[in-house]
Amino acid sequence: MHGAARPPIFYGLAVLFGLFVVFLYGPIATVVVLAFQGPEGGLVFPMNGVSLHWFAELFRPQSIGDIWGSFDRSIALGAIVMVATVLFSLLGGLAYRRRFPGATVLFYIVIASLVMPSVVVSLGIGAMFEMLGIERAWYSSALGAHLTWTLPFGLLIMLAVFNRFNPAYEEAARDLGAGGWQTVRYIVVPIIAPSLVGVALFGFTMSYDEIARTSQSVGALNTLPLELEAMQTNATTPVIYALGAMTTGLSLFVIGACLLGVMAVRRSRDRFGSDAGKAV
Amino acid sequence: MTITLRPPASDIGHCAADSSSARSSEAAAVRRKLPIVAYLEALPLTLVFLLFFVVPIALVVVVSFFGYETYRILIPAFTLDNFRDVFSESVTYRTYLTTVKFCTVVWAITAILGFFIAYFLAFQLRSRVSQTVLLLVCSIPFWTSIVIRMIAWIPLLGRNGLVNRGLLGMGIVDGPQEWLLYSEFAVIIGYVHLYTLMMIVPIFNSMMRIDRGLVEAATDAGASTLQVLWTVILPLSKSGVAIGSIFVIAMVMGDFVTVDVLGGGQVASVGKQIATQLSYLQFPPAAANAIVLLLAVIAMIALLVSVVDIRKEL
Repeated sequence: MHGAARPPIFYGLAVLFGLFVVFLYGPIATVVVLAFQGPEGGLVFPMNGVSLHWFAELFRPQSIGDIWGSFDRSIALGAIVMVATVLFSLLGGLAYRRRFPGATVLFYIVIASLVMPSVVVSLGIGAMFEMLGIERAWYSSALGAHLTWTLPFGLLIMLAVFNRFNPAYEEAARDLGAGGWQTVRYIVVPIIAPSLVGVALFGFTMSYDEIARTSQSVGALNTLPLELEAMQTNATTPVIYALGAMTTGLSLFVIGACLLGVMAVRRSRDRFGSDAGKAV
Repeated sequence: MTITLRPPASDIGHCAADSSSARSSEAAAVRRKLPIVAYLEALPLTLVFLLFFVVPIALVVVVSFFGYETYRILIPAFTLDNFRDVFSESVTYRTYLTTVKFCTVVWAITAILGFFIAYFLAFQLRSRVSQTVLLLVCSIPFWTSIVIRMIAWIPLLGRNGLVNRGLLGMGIVDGPQEWLLYSEFAVIIGYVHLYTLMMIVPIFNSMMRIDRGLVEAATDAGASTLQVLWTVILPLSKSGVAIGSIFVIAMVMGDFVTVDVLGGGQVASVGKQIATQLSYLQFPPAAANAIVLLLAVIAMIALLVSVVDIRKEL
């Protein structure tokens, strides 16, 4: 098939794909460009000079809202959610390698959480804390809300990973006298490390950007996406674009770091990995 | 990333049965005898979903029958007033009509767009590397801020935005078009922008599982590219379309953030209505509204599942 002429439909679809990519990235690119507006520049084009004025404005004390407080909370919450998502998904994935009563019910609950309209989850958690008389906060109610969103993705990835996992590696470890914990720690986890990085990426970025499930569960102190949403209704200067460019930059940095991490693991495996089992 | 809608526990038995080594089936037997370990491993997950999903959803049901007053948020009671209010107000029907309209339009656009993009990635690209790279290009925005991705449409669609300037510059319109932003149009653009990936990934996944021999056989038998697409690939990727549709419908039906940012108070959806009630701390009417919304979503998903038997397709 290689080298054969492309069917005409290929070119049509390539154009469609190109337009889709422009549609996908164009708006974000506009925001990033407008963030560099000159000090006199407005919310729309044309550019009125080029400057870092609006980025500097971000660091000035209380220009608008509680940017840095919400930023710190979002980072902290994202980090907690990331660790919990990796840990709980890994454990859950291990659990699903055995049969256990209730496995099917738990699986459907997880799927239900994935497709449940976020506003309903958010409302439920808000109502629960209200009834218990506990103050809603980012580290309690919002943490729970985020986990109902990140864990389904984490568990599904882990299930896919363990579906393809060759149990011979564990058997070999056991034959050599490794205990259960040693097998997991030295055999299973290193083998699935790239997928765990993937789950961590999902966990952090989905929490860091989450807004719908957070809205009713966060309490008095906002996370960054909620702060941004509140800001945009009365934003009059490009400082909101500077904030948008910054937070997008951070997301891209995290994604890039994860991709590089996975690639580095692969490369070092190619270089140092044993050829055991290759002949089979 | 493989998404399956099937409880995976049933696969484990096959794995153990397939293995010819006596030791591994012995190990499997030991594993089966010790569900306690599996329980401990599943415990954190179970607790999180019990505490932050099952109980809250049950509470939404309970609270929907509660009474409320201005200064007391929740008054335990059993009243159908909240539901009566939901169904007696004409605004409910208007918002549901708008929401269902959004759902239908966005579903149609994302399904068609998602199908052709997935087809391009899965069947028209010839190397694994280009497939991976282009799929990554599609999915990177998924990991960036939803709010920013919506705000980003404002300088484009606004009164003095790029689109209006372009249209004016080309002489297509006489004055700035007001319907581009803070309108149903803007909300739909926002949804398509956010959720097309939710279609691409599952459709791509099911397309990658299609046996290439079938395509070759159809081509050898004289089918054109379009005939192959319509009679071979589309039926075999129905499960992906169905899973993507469930995602998109669930997202759009319950959304209030996109409507808030891009609708700018001009557009009301069910999610937005619930969020507004909650901002006034009116939990019981919001809960009643949420239950009705939930039933509508379940009905739509059930309809979808009845058209395409997902478990059979996978």
